[in-house]
Amino acid sequence: MAKKITPKNKPSKKSVSADFDIVPNGSNESWLYSKVVKEHFFHPKNLVTDASKMTGYDGLGMVGSPACGDMMKIWIKVDKKNDRITDMKWQTFGCASAIGATSMLSVMVTEKKGMLIDKALTVKPQDITKRLGGLPTRKIHCSVLGDKALRSAINNYFLRSGQKHRLVEEQSRIIDKVAKVTDHDIEEAVLEGASTLEAVQKKTKVGIGNPSVIPEVEQLIRFYQEKYFG
Amino acid sequence: MSAKKYIYLDHAATTPTDSKVVQAMEPYWYQNFGNPSSLYALGQRANKSLELARQDIAKILKSQSEEIIFTGGGTESINLALKGLIHALRPQVPQAHLIVSAIEHHAVLHAAQSLRKEGTEVSIAPVDADGLIIMAQLAAAIKPNTVLISIMLANNEVGTIEPIQKIGVWLAKLNQTRLSKHLPKIYLHTDACQAAGALDLDVQKLHVDLLTLNGSKIYGPKGIGVLYVRRATPLIPIIDGGGKEKNLRSGTENMPAIIGLAAALKIAQKNRLKENARLTKLRDWLIKNILQTIPKTILNGHASYRLPNNVNISILDMEGEALLLYLDDVGIQASTGSACTSATLEPSHVIRALGRPYEAAHGSLRLTLGKSTTLKNLKYLMTKLPGIVKYLRQASPVIVDMVELNQSIKDAPKKIIDL
Repeated sequence: MAKKITPKNKPSKKSVSADFDIVPNGSNESWLYSKVVKEHFFHPKNLVTDASKMTGYDGLGMVGSPACGDMMKIWIKVDKKNDRITDMKWQTFGCASAIGATSMLSVMVTEKKGMLIDKALTVKPQDITKRLGGLPTRKIHCSVLGDKALRSAINNYFLRSGQKHRLVEEQSRIIDKVAKVTDHDIEEAVLEGASTLEAVQKKTKVGIGNPSVIPEVEQLIRFYQEKYFG
Repeated sequence: MSAKKYIYLDHAATTPTDSKVVQAMEPYWYQNFGNPSSLYALGQRANKSLELARQDIAKILKSQSEEIIFTGGGTESINLALKGLIHALRPQVPQAHLIVSAIEHHAVLHAAQSLRKEGTEVSIAPVDADGLIIMAQLAAAIKPNTVLISIMLANNEVGTIEPIQKIGVWLAKLNQTRLSKHLPKIYLHTDACQAAGALDLDVQKLHVDLLTLNGSKIYGPKGIGVLYVRRATPLIPIIDGGGKEKNLRSGTENMPAIIGLAAALKIAQKNRLKENARLTKLRDWLIKNILQTIPKTILNGHASYRLPNNVNISILDMEGEALLLYLDDVGIQASTGSACTSATLEPSHVIRALGRPYEAAHGSLRLTLGKSTTLKNLKYLMTKLPGIVKYLRQASPVIVDMVELNQSIKDAPKKIIDL
C-alpha cells in the first residue's frame, strides 16, 4: 500500500490580506453544510493526490462519470486473515458533499482495526450521511456513490483473490418494459429530489406509455423516499 | 467576528445598492410615504415623484413615459411581457407561437413552458458556440402563427451580447410582408436585465416592442422592475387588482424602489462608457491570465461581443461547487454552472446550449466584475485560483481529452427545439 499521502498543493489557509474594499459580515457564519462536512471537505482524509503512485492495493472500484457530475475511485487494502479492510484511499470529482461523503466513508471503513468485509458490503448512504451530521436534502444523492464505489472495490478484491462465490451484483430490475426503466432509475430519480409520481415520470418517463406499472412505481417511490429521507 | 475581508466577483447575481440610490430613496419611507392614487397633497406629491421617475427612465430608453410600466422585478416583467401579450392576442390568434433563444434566463424559459401547457406553441432557437443567436435558424423557426420573439440583450451567465438591433430591423421588414399576407405581427421582447448597466437601451434603435429591466443588477434596489411596452402593443395584466400602471400592474406602487431604480439607472447610464472601458480592460486581463496560467481551460461566450464585466471559463477535470467553496474560504465570491449548485441538479443550460459537454458545464467558473473591482483584486484572485485548481484536479479521477472535447463542441447539433 502506498504510504499515507498528504496533499501538497493545498491552498494556503492564511487569511486574505487586509486591503480589500468591501467589509465582511462574518463570512464564516453560515455554511450550507455541517461542521463535519466542512472539516472533511477542507481536510479530506485518505485522499489520493497522485493516482500513478497507487500500488499494492487489493481492490479498486470506480463509479459515476463526469457527465453526471460525480465520479469516484476507491482503492482498498484487505487483511485477508481477518477479512477486514485495513486501508481505503480515494479520489473524487464532485462537490463538497461528494468529497465529504467519500472522506467520511474512508474513515468509517478503516477505523477500529478496519471494517469486516461483510459489514462493509452493507454500508448504506444514510450511514454516511448520519456520520456527516446530515446533508442538505438535494445533496443526498451526492453521498450514494461512495457505498457503490466501495462495493465495486470489494468485488474487485473478490475477483483478484479468487473468491468469485462472494461477488455481489448491483441488482436492477426492469419495471417498465416500454420505457426501459429500472428500479435503479426510479431510485436515482427519488434521490435527485423527485418525490411524486409526476416528478419521477418527468425524469424517467416511467409508466407514461404503460400505465399498468404505475402502482408498482408508486410503491417504489414510497420505499426509496423512506429509505433516503424517511 | 473575524477581520477577514472579501472580494465580491458575482455582480451578475446582484449588486450592492449605491449609496446615492439609498439617499434618493430615503424620503419615501417616512416623509413622502403617500399612495400616488390618493387625492390629497401627500398622495399627489408621491404621484408627481412617480411620474418624474417614469420620465427619467423613458428619457434613457428614448420612449414615451406612458410606455414605462413598473413591476415587482425582472421576472415579473418577463412574465407580463410573454403571458400578457399572448393572452391579449388570444381572440385573434387562439393558437399562437412563441420563439425564445436557448440561453434565455429561466424566467423566460419557464414562462414559455407554462404557456406551452396552455396550448401555445413554443420553439427554442439555437445559438452558436459563442452564444450568438443563429439568424438563419431564427428565421427558420418562424411560423404563420408566430406572435412573439424573446431574446435577451446580453446573457447573464456567459455575457454574450445578442444582435437585438439587427433582429429588430429584420423583424420590422418581415412584419410588412406578413401584414400583406394577413399574418399576425411578430412582436419583439428583450430581457435587458443584465445589460442595463452597460449597453445602450434606446428602444427606437433596438426596434423592440417590449423590454425588461430591473434594479438589482445596476446597484439599485431589489424587487423592482420595468417593462417598456411600445404603444399599441397588446397586453393584458397577469395580476388582477385595483388597476394601477395603466391597468397592467395592480398593487400600490413601491415608491422607494421606483425612485431607487430610476436613480440607479441614471447613474449607470451616465457612467456607462467610462466604466465599460475600465471593466473591459480588467476583464480581458483576467481572461488572458486564467487561460494562460491554468491548462485545460476554455472561454465560454463571445470574446468581444461580451459584457464588459463578464468572465466565464470552464476549467476541466474538476467540479465547480468545490472550487467555489475553496474560493470562498480565501475570501472570493464567484459562481458556477455546475449542477451541484442548481436547485434542479441540472448543469447550466446556457453552457450546454453553446455545445459544451456536461463536463465543461460542471467545471465552469463565472467571475463578474463591478464598480468596486480593481486590478489588485484580480491579481489576488490569480494568486489563489491556480493552486486551488491544481489541488482539486489532483483529487479528481477525471481526465478529459481536450482534443475530443473541442471536437464535440464543433460537432454539437444546433437545432430548433419545439417544446
